[in-house]
Amino acid sequence: MRLISEKLYQLNSRKNKLKFSVTVTLKKDVLDPQGNVVQNTLTNLGMNNLKSIRQGKFFEIDIDEKDPKTAEKKINEMCEKLLVNLIIENYKIDKL
Amino acid sequence: MKSSVIVFPGSNCDRDIAVALNKMEFKNQMIWHKETTLPKSDLIVIPGGFSYGDYLRSGAIAGKSAIINEVIKSANAGCLVLGICNGFQILTETGLLKGTLLRNKNLKFINKDVNIKVINNKTKFSSNYKKNQVLKINIAHNEGNYFTNSDHLKDLKNNNLIAFQYCDESGNVNEQSNPNGALENIAGIYNSNKNILGMMPHPERMIDNYVSNTDGINLFSSLLN
Repeated sequence: MRLISEKLYQLNSRKNKLKFSVTVTLKKDVLDPQGNVVQNTLTNLGMNNLKSIRQGKFFEIDIDEKDPKTAEKKINEMCEKLLVNLIIENYKIDKL
Repeated sequence: MKSSVIVFPGSNCDRDIAVALNKMEFKNQMIWHKETTLPKSDLIVIPGGFSYGDYLRSGAIAGKSAIINEVIKSANAGCLVLGICNGFQILTETGLLKGTLLRNKNLKFINKDVNIKVINNKTKFSSNYKKNQVLKINIAHNEGNYFTNSDHLKDLKNNNLIAFQYCDESGNVNEQSNPNGALENIAGIYNSNKNILGMMPHPERMIDNYVSNTDGINLFSSLLN
């Protein structure tokens, strides 16, 4: 009996799980010295058609929520409260 | 004068600032970040270091810690707040100071004594310095490149909220004397009420001729006035 209830719980929690990604990038006017160094190195490796590289951050988020809209709202809140520094960074949320 | 130093996991200048405050005869207490109340303080110091290992962004996690709500409340009620180095980064993450600190332009951790110039000497933190006085103060940081939007920069200039600028020995503020790429060589700023000071250089390391110099002492003595 206990096994069945555990299994059911697992199945339910899997059903409620939604997965999102958050991509954080530096705003256009913010200097990105790391991106510049990576770009120079790739150019040195012969990637002559390389025009520009900007380095960013990527988060994968699982959330216990059925409704994608509510979930996305919550992810948005996470971004604004902690994940993103809105002064220098932009972000994009995608459902996976 | 009563002071409180907030200690986070990864703070490493907390002891130095405590030594400086005790030397200047502040009645100091160390406050662990998990506390939810602050003792009555005239000055709150957020020390330097690498709170939470600089995870996510320097100061980002510390900026959401339990004690920070109390710091924000006290700061908004007019309590003096000093954030040094990582403390400055934490203050920008809480929103108490505007702008942010980016990675040093040369991507290197910089630890050296640099010259800074006192831009505003009419605040509670700086009244014992002369205007435009050049100080030699240590910096030790990886993210000290101050950045803000153009409206805020105008506000900083028009309202005399720039505390210190990096300069050369004779006080010239130029690109050569800018160690980390900070906007307009900014080394420290005030909030609009001038009760909060955030600065990258470490005045607490400059209080004793045996180890360095005494250029940092007047910041603490100003607070005692």
